[in-house]
Amino acid sequence: MTAGDGGGAGGKFEIVAREDYSDLTYMLEVRHPMMARAARPGQFVIVMSHEHGERIPLTLADFDAQKGTITLVIQAVGKTTREMQRHCQVGTRLLSLVGPMGIPSAVSKAKRVVCVGGGLGVAPVFPQARAFKQAGAYVIGVLGFRDKKLVFWEDKFRKVCDDLILCTDDGSAGMKGMVTKGIEVAMKGYRDVDEVVAIGPPVMMRACAELTRPHRIKTMVSVNPIMVDGTGMCGGCRVKVGEQIRFACVDGPDFDGHLVDFEDLMGRLRRYAADENKAMQRWTESCRMGGPGEPGARDWKALAATPPESAIDELVLPDPFDDAQGG
Amino acid sequence: MAGKRTIRTIPQARTPMREQDPQARAKNFKEVACGYSVEEALREADRCLLCPDPACVPGCPVNINIPEFIRRISARDYRGAYDVIGESNLLAAVCGRVCPQESQCEGVCVVREPLEPVAIGRLERFVGDKAIAERWASTPYIEPNGLRVGIIGSGPAGMACAADMAKAGCEVTVYEAFHQPGGVLRYGIPDFRLPNEVIDAEIANLEKLGVRFECDTLVGRLFTIPQMIDEMGFDAVFIGTGAGYPQLLGIPGDSLNGVLSANELLTRCNLMRAKDFPAYDTPVPLGRSVAVIGSGNTAMDALRVCLRLGAQNVHCIYRRTRTESPARAEEIHHAEEEGIRFHWLTNPVAVLDDGHGNARGLRCVRMELGEPDDSGRRRPIPIAASEFEFECDVVVFAIGTNANPIIGQTSKLRLDRRGYIQTDENLATSMAGVYAGGDIVTGAATVIEAMGAGRKAARGMKAYLGLRDPDAAVPAGSLFGIDLRERNFARVRLVPSSR
Ligand SMILES: Cc1cc2nc3c(=O)[nH]c(=O)nc-3n(C[C@H](O)[C@H](O)[C@H](O)COP(=O)(O)OP(=O)(O)OC[C@H]3O[C@@H](n4cnc5c(N)ncnc54)[C@H](O)[C@@H]3O)c2cc1C
Ligand SMILES: Cc1cc2nc3c(=O)[nH]c(=O)nc-3n(C[C@H](O)[C@H](O)[C@H](O)COP(=O)(O)OP(=O)(O)OC[C@H]3O[C@@H](n4cnc5c(N)ncnc54)[C@H](O)[C@@H]3O)c2cc1C
Ligand code: SF4
Ligand code: FES
Repeated sequence: MTAGDGGGAGGKFEIVAREDYSDLTYMLEVRHPMMARAARPGQFVIVMSHEHGERIPLTLADFDAQKGTITLVIQAVGKTTREMQRHCQVGTRLLSLVGPMGIPSAVSKAKRVVCVGGGLGVAPVFPQARAFKQAGAYVIGVLGFRDKKLVFWEDKFRKVCDDLILCTDDGSAGMKGMVTKGIEVAMKGYRDVDEVVAIGPPVMMRACAELTRPHRIKTMVSVNPIMVDGTGMCGGCRVKVGEQIRFACVDGPDFDGHLVDFEDLMGRLRRYAADENKAMQRWTESCRMGGPGEPGARDWKALAATPPESAIDELVLPDPFDDAQGG
Repeated sequence: MAGKRTIRTIPQARTPMREQDPQARAKNFKEVACGYSVEEALREADRCLLCPDPACVPGCPVNINIPEFIRRISARDYRGAYDVIGESNLLAAVCGRVCPQESQCEGVCVVREPLEPVAIGRLERFVGDKAIAERWASTPYIEPNGLRVGIIGSGPAGMACAADMAKAGCEVTVYEAFHQPGGVLRYGIPDFRLPNEVIDAEIANLEKLGVRFECDTLVGRLFTIPQMIDEMGFDAVFIGTGAGYPQLLGIPGDSLNGVLSANELLTRCNLMRAKDFPAYDTPVPLGRSVAVIGSGNTAMDALRVCLRLGAQNVHCIYRRTRTESPARAEEIHHAEEEGIRFHWLTNPVAVLDDGHGNARGLRCVRMELGEPDDSGRRRPIPIAASEFEFECDVVVFAIGTNANPIIGQTSKLRLDRRGYIQTDENLATSMAGVYAGGDIVTGAATVIEAMGAGRKAARGMKAYLGLRDPDAAVPAGSLFGIDLRERNFARVRLVPSSR
């Protein structure tokens, strides 16, 4: 069995499908049969696209054990994510893909659940909505986009949601307003909401948590601090939850939204802002010049040409999750 | 050498090792200590008294036959010296560089005050480097026995266990969560102390033994340990996942930007090559003035990395004194030479905010040593009204680690109170066929101890798998005409043909 090969040349993780939902958002489907089988809602991966690249965390937006693939939905916000937008085409490979990481979301016995996704949180909330549906809950989806052009996965959500509220900032699709408005509508329509799951930018998650706090509705959020290893080794992903400091990669990423210190989270996300800008600027410039010598561009042809790892397809494993629950 | 060596006849002065000039090296990541030339090694080897009952051997955690390898160096039999070290230590080039020799073999060497002890570590490094340069790999004849062993974690513990199990004929796969193997040797210890080429060479040696490395594999989450045994066909498993999980400062301001663990700093810098930012994408905080809290090897590495990244002032804050400092003596010495400022008997009480969520300084208190505590070291106590502040824009903490929780979260292995894996004296865990060793069992320790644990666990695993340990004493003589000392006899157990 092979989860990938040690350190060698080129990448091991083949991109088998790609779809662009807008100028900003794109979907990559990557072959990794073992991970497709092990993945659970709420877990994430760490991706490194090439040797000079950064390790970035991305939520498992979907996984298909039959097909042996996992799905990532990515917003191009900075150097790495834009570079991937440019270079990650079908047939190319990612250098490194490790996961599933983090503790799977606890799919509770809640009867009526609102699943909220905004911006880069839309795709990540999908597996949870589906899991709640499968557990027998009545699921109300609330999705927020800036405008109609950015909307994606509406159909996919409709299949797993009993009710879906689409919100856009300018009202060009669904109702006009932020997801918080959508939640208010949902709470008016259904007086017995017993859980809210909110994933998106920290400001959005904070707003959702503040909205539900007076109603004492359990609200789970998935925090997204800057990460390095994703194995609990560096402490870079630490967040304040209640009185405690927790590491999002091994103690989360899901926490009780009413306890998370969002100020702290947002402050810490700005940590490398200056460097991020520098990397972005440098990359944009090198793109304009289009020189082949630039580090980001160098390996992609070679990566695409390396033969696929075949052993990975053969192993069939049952669920690691059952064991995980035991300990 | 003619005649018997005595304390009077040996060269009196320890042979110095050439080093990069402190001023120059404080600005680059090239190795600080350049190693011995052949002449230097021969001169230093002459200083060993070749004691018949050597003090140094029990001082070594894995009992390398030190006088024997030094005797071989003197005889110019370097390959022989390498083989002698190799009987007990698989990572000569690594350990020669990073072992705390002053508290191990060299600390008990009979060549002592007023002389300096034999430079055992430097000689070991000389032999290890020679082996890498000449590509000596001990590739013994291995008879495959059809048994499969899975190793979790590619640090020194995992590497040592992998080597021994491969030599016993097992098919060995090492799983590593990072995208490159090596553990702390790769992500923690910087290039100027342990160049990547040394680690690569050791990994390549393991690959020559048939060991397979599978990176990007987070065991526990991608698959669990019970699955490895029940479904993936592993006959035994070794856990060497290291300590990790840095302890936090727990003082006001410790989540400000600019405050980070040494592990984060070093991983960004070593593994992710942030030192070459922006050619590599990963950034690292660059401070003008940096304070590192702690005084172990990790702290020394963090201090010296910050200096090389361009910080003007680098301060080391430690609540005890130099005597209690757990770092290797040579590292403290090197750090001092490079211009690191040490503040002994000083403890941080708060990180100061610049008003925008960034660190701007550190408030500290002076300490004094009181009565000895449980560890036998004198307990530092704060001196009243001795608080003072100084400016720094980056604060790095290196005050120890806790157990990594992933294996505990995803298996039913018995853990101790602090979350480390519990084992018996053969390093067997509470799960049959599963062994553990290194930092995940003992808490943060040393490379050589982790390596020793990997080998000890391998002995336990061989016994569990019914493999005879080729190193174990065998009764002399013969039975039914079979020579009992026959060494290459690995397979004892009948393996089902389905494999
Ligand atoms: C557990 C987890 C799951 C995530 N899942 C997804 C996902 O499914 N899809 C997706 O598009 N993104 C996701 N993210 C965020 C993603 O990791 C970042 O957008 C990415 O690291 C940015 O890298 P960059 O080099 O392109 O941008 P950078 O140049 O590093 O940063 C550009 C901007 O993005 C912000 N940023 C940087 N890192 C993060 C981060 N970790 N989280 C949020 N904002 C960040 C910066 O503050 C900056 O404003 C997730 C993050 C975490 C921690
Ligand atoms: C900065 C620093 C400097 C040091 N300097 C010295 C020194 O000079 N001399 C000395 O003797 N000692 C030194 N030490 C201590 C020494 O490095 C450690 O004691 C030793 O490396 C422990 O080895 P190990 O094999 O137990 O674990 P590690 O070296 O920590 O390796 C564990 C590996 O397992 C991987 N892993 C963890 N969890 C999983 C999982 N679930 N699945 C797959 N892989 C996993 C990790 O990514 C890691 O690569 C230093 C330590 C540090 C941090
Ligand atoms: S104790 Fe010192 S002198 Fe004696 S054998 Fe060991 S290294 Fe040589
Ligand atoms: S990402 Fe390093 S500890 Fe969580």
